Amino acid sequence: MTGRIHSFQSLGTADGPGVRAVVFMQGCPLRCACCHNPDTWDFNGGKEATPEEIFLKIKRLKNYFGESGGVTVSGGEPLMQPEFIKELFTLCKNDGITTAIDTSGCVLNDDIKNILKLTDTVLLDYKYITNELYKTKVGCEKTKVDEFLEYLNSQNIDTWIRQVIIKDLNNNESSVSALKELREKYSCIKKIELLPFKKLCIEKYEKLKLQFPLEDTPETTKQEIENLTEYLK
Amino acid sequence: MNFEQWNGFVDGEWRHIIDVRDFIQRNYTPYHGDDAFLKGATERTKNLTKKFYDLCEEEKKNGGVLDIDTEHVSSLCSYAPGYLDKENELIVGVQTDAPLKRGVHPFGGIRMAREACKAYGYELSQKVEDYFKYRTTHNDGVFRIYTDEMRAARHCALLTGLPDAYGRGRIIGDYRRVALYGIDALIEKKKEDKRLLGLENATADSMNLLEELYKQIEFLGLMKEMAKMYGFDISRPAQNAKEAIQWTYFGYLAANKEQNGAAMSFGRTSTFFDIYIERDIKAGILTEEEAQELIDDLVLKLRMCRHLRTPDYNELFGGDPMWITESVGGMGEDNRTLVTKTSFRMLNTLRTLGPAPEPNLTVLWSYRLPEAFKKFCAKLSIETDAIQYENDDLMRNDYGDDYAIACCVSAMKVGKQMQFFGARTNLAKLLLLTLNGGVDNVFGTKVGPQMEVMNDEVLDFDKVMERFRVYLSWLCRLYVNTMNTIHFMHDKYAYERTQLALHNTDVERLMAFGIAGLSVIADSLSAIKYAKVSPIRDEETGLIVDFKVEGDFPKFGNDDDRVDLIAQNLIRDTITELRKTPTYRNAIHTLSVLTITSNVVYGKKTGATPDGRKKGEPFAPGANPMHNREVNGALASLNSVAKLSYCDARDGISNTFSIVPEALGNSMDDRAENLVSILNGYFLNNAHHINVNVLNRETLLKAYEHPEDYPNLTIRVSGYAVNFCKLSKEQQKEVIMRTFHEAV
Repeated sequence: MTGRIHSFQSLGTADGPGVRAVVFMQGCPLRCACCHNPDTWDFNGGKEATPEEIFLKIKRLKNYFGESGGVTVSGGEPLMQPEFIKELFTLCKNDGITTAIDTSGCVLNDDIKNILKLTDTVLLDYKYITNELYKTKVGCEKTKVDEFLEYLNSQNIDTWIRQVIIKDLNNNESSVSALKELREKYSCIKKIELLPFKKLCIEKYEKLKLQFPLEDTPETTKQEIENLTEYLK
Repeated sequence: MNFEQWNGFVDGEWRHIIDVRDFIQRNYTPYHGDDAFLKGATERTKNLTKKFYDLCEEEKKNGGVLDIDTEHVSSLCSYAPGYLDKENELIVGVQTDAPLKRGVHPFGGIRMAREACKAYGYELSQKVEDYFKYRTTHNDGVFRIYTDEMRAARHCALLTGLPDAYGRGRIIGDYRRVALYGIDALIEKKKEDKRLLGLENATADSMNLLEELYKQIEFLGLMKEMAKMYGFDISRPAQNAKEAIQWTYFGYLAANKEQNGAAMSFGRTSTFFDIYIERDIKAGILTEEEAQELIDDLVLKLRMCRHLRTPDYNELFGGDPMWITESVGGMGEDNRTLVTKTSFRMLNTLRTLGPAPEPNLTVLWSYRLPEAFKKFCAKLSIETDAIQYENDDLMRNDYGDDYAIACCVSAMKVGKQMQFFGARTNLAKLLLLTLNGGVDNVFGTKVGPQMEVMNDEVLDFDKVMERFRVYLSWLCRLYVNTMNTIHFMHDKYAYERTQLALHNTDVERLMAFGIAGLSVIADSLSAIKYAKVSPIRDEETGLIVDFKVEGDFPKFGNDDDRVDLIAQNLIRDTITELRKTPTYRNAIHTLSVLTITSNVVYGKKTGATPDGRKKGEPFAPGANPMHNREVNGALASLNSVAKLSYCDARDGISNTFSIVPEALGNSMDDRAENLVSILNGYFLNNAHHINVNVLNRETLLKAYEHPEDYPNLTIRVSGYAVNFCKLSKEQQKEVIMRTFHEAV
């Protein structure tokens, strides 16, 4: 059994707790306007690798993880390759390495539920608070993501809500306050991260000869993020 | 022995024999708390610091040297006392009669002293010139007996940076002995050693040592005189913290007045000082603020140390470094941590006095160090880029728990071991010499076994390796013999009387060889093995001068065993070959993978290599992977270096690591915690050394363009820290080119 891997990063500190290895999976069904990894969309791209191969790479880094770190699978949409993730996570858990998934939360089925049993932290990209924005800027129904969150809560899986803050879409008080309400409603939510929208990915779009939908949107500043974070308190 | 100055100290062996370690073990107080107790700089300290920075500014305006005393030969009592601010200094003593004024040290070589004066617009006085007409220097001695082959290897830069024209350095006197015992007790002990040695048969070895002991005793006496000029009587032990620091510093100052060693390291003093500071604080005669002031003043003195160097020298060792390495922290053999409050106070000088390259603050890391201390170090690293870390758990095995680092990565038991510094050989060049059958393709020098230029259309790995082993074997024998020559002459004509007086008489000697260009040769061999490498020959000379590389190959720095093992084996093969030739004075062969900033010069003097590096391009520093060949991120890169075995390279394996702040996390707290995790992991994987830089390339680019805006920008380069603006433009460019691990 193999999975399709976009790339492997030995040091990640932005995707989950502590020092983490990050496996970027290849292939994503969504086309989010703000996506900074368009090169991970194509389900036929990337390189094939077995869960064992990737596990061995991760295992070499075990000493760096300390108490909080571990492995994060990101992408692409990692949950589109459930068999691979299940095997990878089984190997990791058996070796005492903690696991995290960075997902859009737009699919949920029995295979995925099995993976979540092996998952210590879910980084849930909760992109917008309205269904309309989900439909136009992501390409899926928001209810799916809510169902996913509902399930995480029922299973008591540590969840970090992450949202990229984009001018004119969600950089306002009501949007951020809605996230705060979400946290009050679901006890599985341990953290909310507001991430600045950045345009470093433009080069990737150009290389792939794709139009970057938010080309004219300005980057979000650190100060804006700090200001909005106030509404989470 | 019994002294009133020892009141309150716990009794032990140290009272009967010279044994500073025993004194420390019985008397120190481990500290597990955080940095909340620390105090900032006082007004006095701030004023003094400003005076110092003003002088540095003047020094810079003067072209890098403030002033030179060309009249005297530097020694312990050659100059009247000098001060930065006599009224306000707590710790006194400068190398000449004025701060930052440099003395001349012609014992290593008169030519180098003369050239150095000239380079800054001075002329060595006739008096000194005349005196050295009738004296043999170390440099004279070496060149009297260098063989043609040694000269050839030196000429084509196969062996480089050899300490044959200046003080060899890398010797750490146990300066703490001056404080704990006072000079008179040390003289008595040396006299007794001399008396006992005199009872043995008079052999060449014993007579040589007898004469050395004579010199040691003479210079201990001079040290006393020197201190007297400053108004202190160091014949007796120090009686409080201020004296302990002053006495210790006098020991170091005396060494610096006598020797211009390349690296003049300070040792491992913080926890020793802590015992005196704790005693004074308990007695109510010292406050925390005053304790910090004493450490601040000591560090300010260390920052004022200077040696006079030539421009050639600066090209190899950029930024006017002294390697006043102070080793901080570590664990004891009994599992107690050696971290004390003064370990914090020492590192705190990066805040009280601001970041600076000297002293070369080196944290001896163990995953068992107190968590609060680890986090404090990590925060300071992120703030200042001025700290290096070395694996205490590895070194304690070989050196016990009272070793210190000389220079960048060279461990030695303080007062019990010394090193014969061996510079380094360029392995990438040796590979090219192999392919060209003993002709250097940059200088045209014929050196080594003479064979046909390899005539294969495509290089065959096994064939290349077979021939390489012949050349490696030849080189290693030559290298050991060259070192023997240099150190025989150094002992004869520029013996370190002061520093060795502060060692045990039966000192153990290490001979430290070094290699440069490790990642270049590892990647080159990997290319030959895994890709298709076709040599390109110069039509006129027939020599191989370039390579066509087709296909991909594994590169060092990606945690890929296929190439990492090549690098590992190269080190093992080198030390194995070196050990086959006996050393002068039965020194133990050791090896380092360290370049200082000389990786730029080595690259300049080396032709194109099969890894795709062009002729003249810099090497990576130390054991670093080549720039920007790492594609799996920072930890994979660290893992490759961690695989190089310390058993084979006991003189140290240097890695310089640069990462942008964002790649360590969002907040300062996250960054510090993640850096601690990274250091824990790296050292648990048996890595030896790391320089940590947390900064953006953009900052360096700005400093490159506008140095005046960044007068104190400190960065770690290769085993030491340096003021970025003091590097040559070429060295600066090389630093900017290096891999900066970024956020993903």
